[in-house]
Amino acid sequence: MQLIASTLTAVPVVAAADADPEATAVPILPYLPELIFGLVAFGILYWVVAKFVVPNLEQAYAERTAAIEGGMQQAEKAQEEAEAALREYKAQLAEARDEAARIREEAKEQGASIIAEMRQQAQTEANRITESATKQIEAERQQALVSLRSDVGRLSTDLAGRIVGESLEDQTRQSGIIDRFLAELEAGNVRPEVVGSEVGGSDAGGSEAGSEGQGS
Amino acid sequence: MSPTAAVLLPMAEGESHFPPDPSLFWQPLVKFGTVDLFGSEMTLAITRPMVILALTVGLLSWWLIATTKKAAVVPSKGQAGTEAVYNFVRNGVARDMIGSRDFLPFVPFLFTMFVLILFNNWMGIIPPVQMPTMGRIGIPIALTLLVYIVYHWVGVKKHGFVGYFKFMIPAGLPGWIKPAILGLEMLTFFVTRPLTLALRLFGNMFAGHLLLVVFIIGGWELFQQGGFLTLVSVPAWIMAFAMTVFEALVQFLQAYVFVLLAASYIGGALVDEH
Repeated sequence: MQLIASTLTAVPVVAAADADPEATAVPILPYLPELIFGLVAFGILYWVVAKFVVPNLEQAYAERTAAIEGGMQQAEKAQEEAEAALREYKAQLAEARDEAARIREEAKEQGASIIAEMRQQAQTEANRITESATKQIEAERQQALVSLRSDVGRLSTDLAGRIVGESLEDQTRQSGIIDRFLAELEAGNVRPEVVGSEVGGSDAGGSEAGSEGQGS
Repeated sequence: MSPTAAVLLPMAEGESHFPPDPSLFWQPLVKFGTVDLFGSEMTLAITRPMVILALTVGLLSWWLIATTKKAAVVPSKGQAGTEAVYNFVRNGVARDMIGSRDFLPFVPFLFTMFVLILFNNWMGIIPPVQMPTMGRIGIPIALTLLVYIVYHWVGVKKHGFVGYFKFMIPAGLPGWIKPAILGLEMLTFFVTRPLTLALRLFGNMFAGHLLLVVFIIGGWELFQQGGFLTLVSVPAWIMAFAMTVFEALVQFLQAYVFVLLAASYIGGALVDEH
């Protein structure tokens, strides 16, 4: 190996490099051109970095920070708006519920009053109808009574005249017989076959029952 | 692994890099002759790490501008990717270490630092480059120098020139111990911090690259030996693959640690008086 090395060092190019004092210099002693070139190289790269690279990156960082902060602010704002809307909706909902309850209450009251009123009205109407019916019935009864009284009297006299065989022309006797007959009838000497159960006028009670009995 | 080795081969052409030594990192592409610098000879050359560094600056500029030119509130895929890295530095490093009050002016500085170091570190394993530029101490020193200037500048600006030194001494200490503490703190602020910052990054990349070269070129050397040694090249390349994956992690971590410490130094210089 020593042989190879010695033969190889004989090559002129390497010999020339080896001949330089730098080749055999202590490695911790700087080669001045390299030192100066190192300063220059750093200077150039520093200029590039400080002039073009860092400002662009720092600007992008600043914009990014601003964008993030802006986004967060926006989100916060949106959150606040949403909360406000929620509060408003809740308030509206509560109000609506109150109103609904109030309306329901009112309607209930109104309904009750309407029902009471209607009942009152119906009652009044019923009373009125009943009253008018009663009056009409009374009037008709009176009318019937009157007409019956004359009919019964005439029929009775006709009948009595035929039975007796004589014409009771005499007005005075005729009316006297009828009156007596009617008086007997009212006094209860003649029993009517049907007795009316309805409650009539107090004064006409007896005669009514009698006449009805007669009529039928 | 064999493609990796094959890609590395042109570099190894003409010379065996095994066992690798620091001269591996001296790769002049164009030479302009030599100059005399403080009595010692210096070669003027465009070296491979310089070309890679220029390439990464170009690619990073293109990528970053392309993905953020139309930075939108809703990011595109490219913008989302860039934003993930940017957020990592902006919030995970700058804001946490410096505090939300003052961090923003330092974000471009720390972000540039992070992507430049990370991409250059990964250049150590990305074919066909496979050369960690931070393995050349000059470049970590350049970056550390910038961090050094920035944190002292903001410290002096905030506390005043004398105030900055007073600020280094914690409050409530007995008078006799103050000079000693001031000495220690000055050592930290002016020597230890920049030294460790630059050397940590350099050392990791330098050693990592040597390690990969050991396994990949070593595997190739074994492969050429024939017989049993050819078989041994297989585990060597498996190891090279594992180390490459491991290296990807280390390269990310070193970029992260560098900006984390840079941010912590800036934040430390900006804290209110004790």
